[in-house]
Amino acid sequence: MQTASSHTISVLVDNEPGILARVVGLFAGRGYNIESLTVAETDARENLSRITIVTTGTPMIIEQIKAQLDRLVPVHKVRDLTVEGPHIERELALVKVRSTGDKRVEALRLADVFRAKVIDAKTDSFVFEVTGNTEKVQTFIGLMGNLGLVDVGRTGIVAMSRGGDAL
Amino acid sequence: MKSEESATTGADLLVKALIDEEVEVVFGYPGGAVLPIYDSLFKQNRLRHILVRHEQAAVHAAEGYARSTGKVGVVLVTSGPGATNAVTGLTDALMDSVPIVCLTGQVPTHLIGNDAFQEADTTGITRPCTKHNYLVKAVGNLARTVHEAFYVARSGRPGPVVIDLPKDVLMNKHDYVAPKMPVQHKSYRPQVKPDADRIEQAIAMIAAAKRPVFYTGGGVVNSGPKASKLLAQFVHLTGFPITNTLMGLGSFPASDKQFVGMLGMHGTYEANLAMYNCDVLINIGARFDDRITGKLAEFSPRSKKIHVDIDPSSINKNVHVDLPIVGDAGLVLEELIRAWKAKQPKIDQKAIKAWWAEIDGWRARNCLAYKQDNETIKPQYALERLYHHIKDLDHYITTEVGQHQMWAAQFLKFEKPNRWMTSGGLGTMGYGFPSAMGVQIAHPEALVIDVAGEASIMMNIQELSTVAQYRLPVKIFILNNQYMGMVRQWQELLHGGRYSESYMESLPDFVKLAEAFGAVGLRCHEPARLDETIRQMIEIKQPVIVDVLVDKAENCFPMIPSGAAHYDMLLGPDDKAQKPVSEEGMVLV
Ligand SMILES: Cc1ncc(C[n+]2csc(CCOP(=O)(O)OP(=O)(O)O)c2C)c(N)n1
Ligand SMILES: [Mg+2]
Repeated sequence: MQTASSHTISVLVDNEPGILARVVGLFAGRGYNIESLTVAETDARENLSRITIVTTGTPMIIEQIKAQLDRLVPVHKVRDLTVEGPHIERELALVKVRSTGDKRVEALRLADVFRAKVIDAKTDSFVFEVTGNTEKVQTFIGLMGNLGLVDVGRTGIVAMSRGGDAL
Repeated sequence: MKSEESATTGADLLVKALIDEEVEVVFGYPGGAVLPIYDSLFKQNRLRHILVRHEQAAVHAAEGYARSTGKVGVVLVTSGPGATNAVTGLTDALMDSVPIVCLTGQVPTHLIGNDAFQEADTTGITRPCTKHNYLVKAVGNLARTVHEAFYVARSGRPGPVVIDLPKDVLMNKHDYVAPKMPVQHKSYRPQVKPDADRIEQAIAMIAAAKRPVFYTGGGVVNSGPKASKLLAQFVHLTGFPITNTLMGLGSFPASDKQFVGMLGMHGTYEANLAMYNCDVLINIGARFDDRITGKLAEFSPRSKKIHVDIDPSSINKNVHVDLPIVGDAGLVLEELIRAWKAKQPKIDQKAIKAWWAEIDGWRARNCLAYKQDNETIKPQYALERLYHHIKDLDHYITTEVGQHQMWAAQFLKFEKPNRWMTSGGLGTMGYGFPSAMGVQIAHPEALVIDVAGEASIMMNIQELSTVAQYRLPVKIFILNNQYMGMVRQWQELLHGGRYSESYMESLPDFVKLAEAFGAVGLRCHEPARLDETIRQMIEIKQPVIVDVLVDKAENCFPMIPSGAAHYDMLLGPDDKAQKPVSEEGMVLV
């Protein structure tokens, strides 16, 4: 039995209408799961977008996912960052906390520890911006749970290989 | 937009682009959104338009045309219902890797998303059932998109491509720029040439084999007729046995003594046992489909596997292989032959001889045997007689889906590629007749026969009107068992013989039906009159329906019930009691 593991896959695609639907439809239609998916244009001149997908599967499934992505016509490159050597992953979260008194002070103190920025403040609320790997972001959100957490928005993961090589 | 004088409407531009792609025939059906295209077609005489009677049939006809010629089949349908009617055909073409370009009309760009009359989200609906699709939003992109679509449809693993064309785009004007050939696509460039070291490894594995088998499929056919010649050459060089998938029939001559028949669910005993017992399996252009493998855990358990495929996503999808080779079947075979001749490897002749002796033992079981009496025509007999009468004629066979399809695969012999058109992947009832029309358009002088079931033929029977209009002498050879035979067979096997809704009530009188459409109808129920009827069918240079009343109870054997392994084949009706279908098997289709 092969065991499932998490993989972070970078996909370079033409930035055209429907491309995200193609990728998402592929995952839904073939029963692969998506843990995180981010997409944005990264090269306006060449009209390219970069999609970062975090998915889990057995080695055979992961190979399938990559081959299936690669055969989509508007896909230029597919890279499995998890198997291709060291890489960095980051995500960003906006975390809204509503509290007063000790809880408010504690939230601000923890934000400092996590190097989260205050990007909005009212007398009874903060919006923090925290970036880091998923674990850090999750831990921060978890801690805010007891301190008046009311809203979370997360970007999902963007990732890149270490060193000088491009995708 | 350029100067008015030189500029052309989108519709005219489209027609020019099709002509530049060397398109000769378009299968289609008009409607409001594509009227500008129909007007452009009216004004020229390079492109021939074949008016079908249902858009599904347009796609199947284009498939028949494509599969019998190796060219891209072209379809033209209107927006909304025209496009949705085409979906079954597109899915069929996707599953069987048939190159199709389907032009769909669309409401004008400013109305898209408004639930306009006859609007459907065609690119949304067809995204999962095409290889690729396009929505052309500006006339300036139209010609380039058409040429790119043809490139995508025919390159790598072929498939259907949809181009959705809003009506305003068809009416706006722009200059036509002839394409630079070949199209250089910016992202889609499938690997066709195999890696050299893989070829060396393959030769070593093949040469060391003691119990080898070639298992080849539609990829060889799709690669072009040269690939089939190379396949025969390589198989002869090795002296090894070869089996074909349903899609691969004709890629190796069926009469060759190295051919052990089709494999899979209704394949021969010898082919399936060779797969189970082999030590080296050489898959060229097949995809380890579930109809082939049976129970995966027991599929060819002791073999080293080589898999040649142009589509990397087919490799290691169902079955783990030891040596994947990505590339075009023809180019890979060329390299294999070159390397084999250079190396002159020594094969273990003694082992191969023993292997053949074993295979001949399985062959001696004569797994396709049936008993013909004087009373009722056995469907197998009807096909054997049919083959006897057509084998020396230039002929093409299509089929519908069901028992008759499997019997056709078993009892008709295919010596050449592109002669056998059947819906393998999707199993689409209603495929065969329109597909035969497309074949006949491409090969006007040839004998084109749709081997049909009485249930399937009803699914696109309206096309009798099309064959009448274009005087296409297509023959419909119905093996009429008055049952959805394949459904009945499964109900016998899995559901205690409760024939729920599998009996065909109120069938038409097929002879009168043919006559109503200006075709000829023949009927035969006596074995003694069968030859005469077939001869008549061949002689009549018009569309003919032959209603062959066959044994209603006959079942298709051998059969590997779903979920069973290759060695668990049912060889005849008496076998079934001893081998009940597993619970896992019951849920499979
Ligand atoms: C469009 C479609 N609907 C349903 C099926 C399921 N199906 C497979 S074979 C079959 C019966 C076919 O009957 P007939 O054409 O008479 O062929 P026979 O098996 O009797 O030779 C059915 C309903 C199918 N393959 N395609
Ligand atoms: Mg029937």
